[in-house]
Amino acid sequence: MKRIDRTLLVLILPLAILMAAGPFLPQWVLFLVTLSIGKGFVVLGLMLLLRTGLVSFGQGLFYCLGAYAAGALGKVLGISDVFLLLVSGAAAAALLAYILGFLVAQYRDIFFAMLSMAFSMILYGLLVKTAALGSSDGFNVPVPTLFGAKLVEASTRYMVFAVACAATILVALGVHWYQKTTLGSLSPAIKDNELRVEYMGASVRHAIHVKFVIAAALAGLGGALTGMTVGHIDPEMAYWTTSGEFVFVTILSGTGSVVAPFLGSLIFETIRSYAYEYSPNTWQMVLGASMLLVIVFLPLGMWSIFTARRKRA
Amino acid sequence: MMQKRSGSGRILFVAFATVLIAVGFTLSAHAADQKPIKIGIVSFLSGPPAGPFGVPARNGAEILAEALNEGGKVPGYGTKGLGGAPIEVVYIDEAGGTTKQVTEYRNLVQRQDVDLVIGYISSGDTLAIAPVAEGLKKLTVFFDSGTPRIFEDASYKYVFRTGSHSTMDSVGAALYVTEMKPNIKKYAGINQNYAWGQDSWSDFEAAMKILAPKAKAVTSQMTKLMSGQFGAEISVLLSSGAEVIHSSFWGGDTESFVLQAAPRGLFKKSTVVLTCGEHIMYRLGNQIPDGTVLGGKGTVGIFAPNTELNRWFQKAYTARYDVPPTYPSYRMVQAVLGVKAAYEKAMAANKGMTPTQDQVIASFEHLSFDTPSGIVEMGLGKGHQAVTGISYGTTKVVKGKLTITNIKTYPKEKVNPPEGVLSKDWIESGFKRTK
Repeated sequence: MKRIDRTLLVLILPLAILMAAGPFLPQWVLFLVTLSIGKGFVVLGLMLLLRTGLVSFGQGLFYCLGAYAAGALGKVLGISDVFLLLVSGAAAAALLAYILGFLVAQYRDIFFAMLSMAFSMILYGLLVKTAALGSSDGFNVPVPTLFGAKLVEASTRYMVFAVACAATILVALGVHWYQKTTLGSLSPAIKDNELRVEYMGASVRHAIHVKFVIAAALAGLGGALTGMTVGHIDPEMAYWTTSGEFVFVTILSGTGSVVAPFLGSLIFETIRSYAYEYSPNTWQMVLGASMLLVIVFLPLGMWSIFTARRKRA
Repeated sequence: MMQKRSGSGRILFVAFATVLIAVGFTLSAHAADQKPIKIGIVSFLSGPPAGPFGVPARNGAEILAEALNEGGKVPGYGTKGLGGAPIEVVYIDEAGGTTKQVTEYRNLVQRQDVDLVIGYISSGDTLAIAPVAEGLKKLTVFFDSGTPRIFEDASYKYVFRTGSHSTMDSVGAALYVTEMKPNIKKYAGINQNYAWGQDSWSDFEAAMKILAPKAKAVTSQMTKLMSGQFGAEISVLLSSGAEVIHSSFWGGDTESFVLQAAPRGLFKKSTVVLTCGEHIMYRLGNQIPDGTVLGGKGTVGIFAPNTELNRWFQKAYTARYDVPPTYPSYRMVQAVLGVKAAYEKAMAANKGMTPTQDQVIASFEHLSFDTPSGIVEMGLGKGHQAVTGISYGTTKVVKGKLTITNIKTYPKEKVNPPEGVLSKDWIESGFKRTK
C-alpha cells in the first residue's frame, strides 16, 4: 500500500505545486504544460498498449475524434463547459474503440499497427472531404467555460491548466489502480507468452480489447484537452505523422511508470519549443538528435534513469 | 525492483522538473528593450511549402528589414526602421501544424515578447492563430493565406491581412478565360484535395456559371496533396474534351503536373490556367508550354507596376538571392510596409511620440499604402483585410526565354466582394456591388 502512495506522490506533488504556483507562472508555461498533459494522456494509453507488446500507429484516430467531438459540441450545440467537453471527447473515442476493438483486438505486431493506422487515415480522409467542418483547415473551438462562467483570457488559461492537472491526477490514479487488477497485470504476460495466458484461463482478446478502449478514451481525453487549449482543431490530428509523434514520445518516455508519459511529453514539448526558437531552420535535427541519444544511452526510455539508479542503490 | 526504497530517483525527478521550469522562467524574464521593435516573422522554413513560398517570403522580410534599418534605401519609405526605431526580426518555422503554431505563437508573444507578429501562409494556421491573437491582444498581420473565412466568419481588432484572399484568384481566372474564349463549352479542373484546392475550384466553378452559363464543368480532379504523380488524372483530362483546365496547384505538384502533362499534349489540347503558377515560372522557365495562363495572386512579380519602389525591390532581391522575387516575397513586403505605414501614420498623429498598439491599429484600419505590387487598400473586414487587383497572362517562349503576353489586370472592385458580403454569395449574386 505504501508503495502505491510513493509512486503517485511523485506525480501528485509536482502537479499540486504547479497548480498552486500556476497564477504566478508565465502564461506560456501554463500553455506548454497543459499541452504536454494533453499529449501525456495519449502517450499513457500507448504505454498501456506497449506494455502488452502492441504498438498503435493510429492513436491519432482517437485523439482527433476526441477533439472533434468536443469541438462539434461547441460548434453545433454551443456547449463550452470544460468538463462536458473533456468527458464527451473521451466517451466518443471509447465508443468507437469498443466497436473497432472487436476487429483490432485479434491482431498483433505489425498487423495491429497497420490496421490502427489505416483507421486513423480513414478518419483523416473523411474530414478532409467534409467542407462543413472546414475541410483541411478545420474550425475553431470556443473558449472553454467553467460551470457556465466565461473567464478572461489569462484566467481561462489557468482554469484549463488546473483542470488538466486535476484530470491527470485522477487518470493516473485510475490507470495505476487498473494495472494492479488481474486484467491490468496481464500486460507483461501477454507480451511474453500469449498461449500461457490462455492456458491460465484468461482471454487475451478480451484483455487487449479492454486496453484498446482505455487507450482510446485517454487519447480522446487528450484530444479534447488539446483542442480546447489550442482553440482550433483540424484533420492533421488524425494524420499518421501525429500518431508517429505519439509513438516517438512513448519511446522517449519509457514504460516504467504512469508518471513517465507526462514527464516525457513535457520534456519533448520543451525541447521542441526551444529548438523552434533557437534553430528555426534545423529544429528537426535537434529533435532527431535527442531521440538518438535516448535510444543509444537509455534504450528503455527516460524513465529508466530512475529505475536504473534504484537498482544500483 | 520496485521494492528497493531509495528516494534519489524521485528527488532527481523533482529537481529536474524544477530546473526545467526555472530555466524557462529566466529565459522568459528577458527585459524587453524599449528601443528596437521586435517583429516575429513566421513562414515555412521546412517541408514542402518552404521552397516555393516560405523561404522567398522570409527572404523578402530579411532584405526589406535590412534596407529599412539602413534608412533612405527604400523609395517612398525614407525613415529608418519603423519611425526611426530599428526593426529586430525573429524567424519561426511555420511547419508542424496548428497545434504547434499556436504554441509557438504564444511563445513569441509571451516568452520572446515580440511587439508584433507577421506571418502565416497556411489558411489553417491563420484560422487557428486569429482568435489567439485577439485573446492575447497582440497586433498580428497575416501576409498570405488564402481563405476568405478569417474576416467573413468573424471580426477581429488585433488581426490584419495585407494580402487579398483567394476569391480574387478564381474570379480573375474565370474573367480571363471567358474573355479569351467567349464561346467556351467545356472546362475542367485539377486541384489538390484539401481546403485550398476545394475552395479554389468551387469559386472558379461558381464564377464560370455566371460568366459562361452555357459552359459545363466536365470533370473536377481532386488529387492528394504533394502526390507528385498525375498519370491517371491527366488521362481523364485528356479525354474530357475540356477547353480550359483550372488548377490551383502549388509547389512541387505544379512542377510535376507541368512536366508530366506537357509531353502528353494536354497543354496543346486545352488551355491550362495555373492560378498561382507565377511562383514556379523561374524554376521551370521555358519548360512551361506556350499558351499556359499564369496568375500570381495579385499584381506581383512580372505583373507588378513599373514604379521606382518595384524596380528597387526587384533589383535588390535578385542581387541578393540570384532569383527574381515571386509572389510570396511580394506579399511579405506588403505586410512589412503596411505595418510601417500604419506605425508612422500613428506616430505622426501622436505628435512624433512612440504610438501605442491601439493607435497603430486605429491608423492601420482602412489604410492605403504603396508597395512594390502597387497600392494596397485595407478595404474589407472592417478595414482589416486588404484588397488588390489581380493580373493574368499567357506564356510564350521567345528565343528560349519564357515571356508573358496578353497580360490583363482586373481592378480590385472587379474581383473582390464588397464589404459585408460573403465571397460565395457575391459570386452567386452575379458579382453585384450593392447588397
